[in-house]
Amino acid sequence: MMSKIIQVGMADLKLAKAPDKLMTAGLGSCIGICVRDKDQRLGALAHIMLPLSTQARNAENKAKFADTAIELLIQEMKKNGADISRLEAKFAGGAQMFKFSGESDIMKIGQRNAEAVEEYLQKYKIRILAKDVGGNHGRTITYDPDTGDLLIRTIGHGERII
Amino acid sequence: MAEDFDKLSSLQLDALREIGNIGAGNAATALAQMINSKIDMSVPQAKILLFSQVPELVGGSEQHVVGIYLRIEGSAPSSILFVIPIKQACLLVDMLMSKPLGTTSMESFGDMEMSAMMELGNIISATYLNALAAFTGLKLLPSVPALGIDMAGAVMDAVLAQFGEVADHVLVLETDFKKESVDIVGHFILLPEPGSLKIILQSLGVSI
Repeated sequence: MMSKIIQVGMADLKLAKAPDKLMTAGLGSCIGICVRDKDQRLGALAHIMLPLSTQARNAENKAKFADTAIELLIQEMKKNGADISRLEAKFAGGAQMFKFSGESDIMKIGQRNAEAVEEYLQKYKIRILAKDVGGNHGRTITYDPDTGDLLIRTIGHGERII
Repeated sequence: MAEDFDKLSSLQLDALREIGNIGAGNAATALAQMINSKIDMSVPQAKILLFSQVPELVGGSEQHVVGIYLRIEGSAPSSILFVIPIKQACLLVDMLMSKPLGTTSMESFGDMEMSAMMELGNIISATYLNALAAFTGLKLLPSVPALGIDMAGAVMDAVLAQFGEVADHVLVLETDFKKESVDIVGHFILLPEPGSLKIILQSLGVSI
């Protein structure tokens, strides 16, 4: 069977069953949250932009915020046959993309995203196997629901698998 | 509140493009004084896009770009992002620093080059805003520029994270730089906060 690479856009969430993979390109301060049920070889990726839906004027798009996206990940995985107690997570992103802009919020959004993702994964008792967050470079990530490997590509900061 | 750029008429777009052209003319003059050499600037096109389409302007979200970000305070709070592919930025730096075109490379893009790009961002933003302010009577004050060099998607999501809670549409002024028959295209993107676009258009006498 041919494997597909499923693209996940900004503020979007998608599921994939092995051998298909999930990919999201150009994560800056955003975070790609990947979860999978190893036994089902089922994975999901959410590309979140902001930490909390409660701080937003318009929180309709659940995949946009760390808190609601993690709830949605759990719901969708469950709906597609995953055993929630088996879920494991990896995440990457949350960089600070701009230099020299003083102490504005735009500098800290990546860090706040990373903190919120960690907090909400813990809240729902999803094991965090690995993360690659912070720094000042963008990331393109590809998640393999078969192996659980998360491939991270960057410009000028190498390539790694976590 | 459904107040969005996608409802703009061609007349309104023309008005915004013309203001861009006036700003570009002033920017070219300011640059000429600074570097003692003339770079022609113009705005051949103004368009409205979804912010999510912006990476396509520069060749996709993994394209290596330079982004310059500023906030505008005042009567119509907005953000500005000037984005240009890194290869084009290198040529632009050569023009700005009066070096033979092709001197600056991605590898040699250091603090001096970043500083040149930020200064350019400063000049373009200030002249565009001055033109806009002159036509609208609005008070528009740009912040110190911030600079990011990386994947287009990554540079843009940092801006969008701050802005994305509101309107999804942005105004894109294609900005053309010309020197000695070399043509460089960058994109100047205006991202108004809720209510700001209405204020700008009303002040121009072309309200939605």
